[in-house]
Amino acid sequence: MRRGFRFWGLVPAWVLMAVTLLAPLVIVALVSVAKRGAYGGFEWDFTLAPYRDILFTAGWSDELEFDPKYVLIIGRTVLLALITTAICMALALPVAYVIATRGPRAKALLIYLVTLPFWVSMIVRVYAWLIILGNDGFGGRLWQFLGGEGSLLFTPTAMLIGMVYSYIPLMVLPVFAAIEKLDPALLEAGADLYASRWTTARRVIVPLAWPGLAAGAILVFVPALGTVLEPMLLGGGKQITMGTLIQTQFGSARNWPFGAAIALVLMALVMGVLIVNALRAGHKREAEA
Amino acid sequence: MKKSHDIRRYPGFGTVTVLFFLWLYAPIAVVIWLSFNENRIVSVWTGFSLKWYRAALDNGPLLDAVRTSLIVAVVATAIATTVALMAAMVLSRNPTMRGAKLSETVVNLPLLLPEIVLAVATLILFSQLGLADGMTRLIVAHSTFCTPFAFLPIRARLQGMSTDYEEAAQDLYAKPLTAFRRVTLPLILPGVFSGAMLSFVISMDDFITSNMLATGGTTTLPVYFFSLIKKSASPELNAISTLLIVLSLVLASAALVLSMRAMRRDP
Repeated sequence: MRRGFRFWGLVPAWVLMAVTLLAPLVIVALVSVAKRGAYGGFEWDFTLAPYRDILFTAGWSDELEFDPKYVLIIGRTVLLALITTAICMALALPVAYVIATRGPRAKALLIYLVTLPFWVSMIVRVYAWLIILGNDGFGGRLWQFLGGEGSLLFTPTAMLIGMVYSYIPLMVLPVFAAIEKLDPALLEAGADLYASRWTTARRVIVPLAWPGLAAGAILVFVPALGTVLEPMLLGGGKQITMGTLIQTQFGSARNWPFGAAIALVLMALVMGVLIVNALRAGHKREAEA
Repeated sequence: MKKSHDIRRYPGFGTVTVLFFLWLYAPIAVVIWLSFNENRIVSVWTGFSLKWYRAALDNGPLLDAVRTSLIVAVVATAIATTVALMAAMVLSRNPTMRGAKLSETVVNLPLLLPEIVLAVATLILFSQLGLADGMTRLIVAHSTFCTPFAFLPIRARLQGMSTDYEEAAQDLYAKPLTAFRRVTLPLILPGVFSGAMLSFVISMDDFITSNMLATGGTTTLPVYFFSLIKKSASPELNAISTLLIVLSLVLASAALVLSMRAMRRDP
């Protein structure tokens, strides 16, 4: 290929991403240290107030008091994302194992069925759970039948159900890919050495499926941290997460700099996870080499 | 060997898997089923009726929202697919060139960032630039997050293809552009189609970014859908959901089948 095309072929992609993605991210960082505008928006005036506001609130006479409100929201968001990831892992392992041990045609069909709901609009999927988990819905009735208190909708449990539903395909696929490569002879070897089925599962299958589980954990944890729709609809707006907090700051609360600061904290968390993951992968490659 | 003694079988795994698939499709099935319900209470079944579809088709604002969504999706898909195709061509032919890895990361970056962050970032940019036209805002933002969805299938298709045909064409004195149009493009067309269909679905389905950027006159279908949920739980929502579900499933299935077939046919 001629040198000319090499260069020009990449120009549209770089221009698009630079203008609509990289530049905006820089601007977010700048706005997060800007002054809040009197009528929404912001003014270019350097201040660290938005970050201070995450930790402190101004008291009666402008003295700063530590206020854990936002720290708790950040903590709760991380916790929700962690629980979502853990549930996805526990659920994906048996499902991926069963799929991986089918014949080639059934395997392809089942994997296709796992991916399909992922393409249905997020808002439609969350809406469907809104109906199911409502007091008249099947899930809501089941909850009351099982002796659950009050209604299931607008609780953290409802949010978790919605989040696991949204992100589970992202866990099943990599776990399936890892288990599919597993040599069945290893399971027989385990049995020959008098290991019970569950010992074999614990000592052979889980360690070999681990790269898939780790990859899936990243794929689920990262979007779960930024989740917006599940807390808004299934949490009824009462369960604030970082995503909905950012949303309100740019919407009704009209505090852009504070919203930008929270967005940057969210980005930092995501980047932290990705960097740790990349370093770990790098170490492993070195160790294997 | 009796089945229960097969060491590869785990008691309970089969049950979990069956329940898993039921759970995966229950919400979709429930919404489709209730869209044919004549009762005006969303979740109580009393009889078959198509009236909510009729109501949806008579709903002016809804049709406006569908039109907005279609325009945005078509234009954004065209932009994203073109950008992705060019980038994929260069990157798969010159994997060792300087900046190849960085370029690939940048193209896929929208997948790594939480959508809400990208949405507010774009909002600030547009407000600084004074870009107030809702349609332009939506098209630009959608083009960005659709690009990786168009890029990945095209890249995968090019990866599995040898350059022999293209070289043969060039040996026969075809100009590079002619060789691309007559030889390479037809060969990677399944990848291009599946990339385009996936970005169309992603654009049609998007709520978070569109909600952040939408202005009065340019409400997309998911944003309108959200305002309906907030207002009242009308069974019309079920009819609209069903139409959206069918659209997404048909397009996504077509895209997946296309790329799977293409992969199987290739040596």
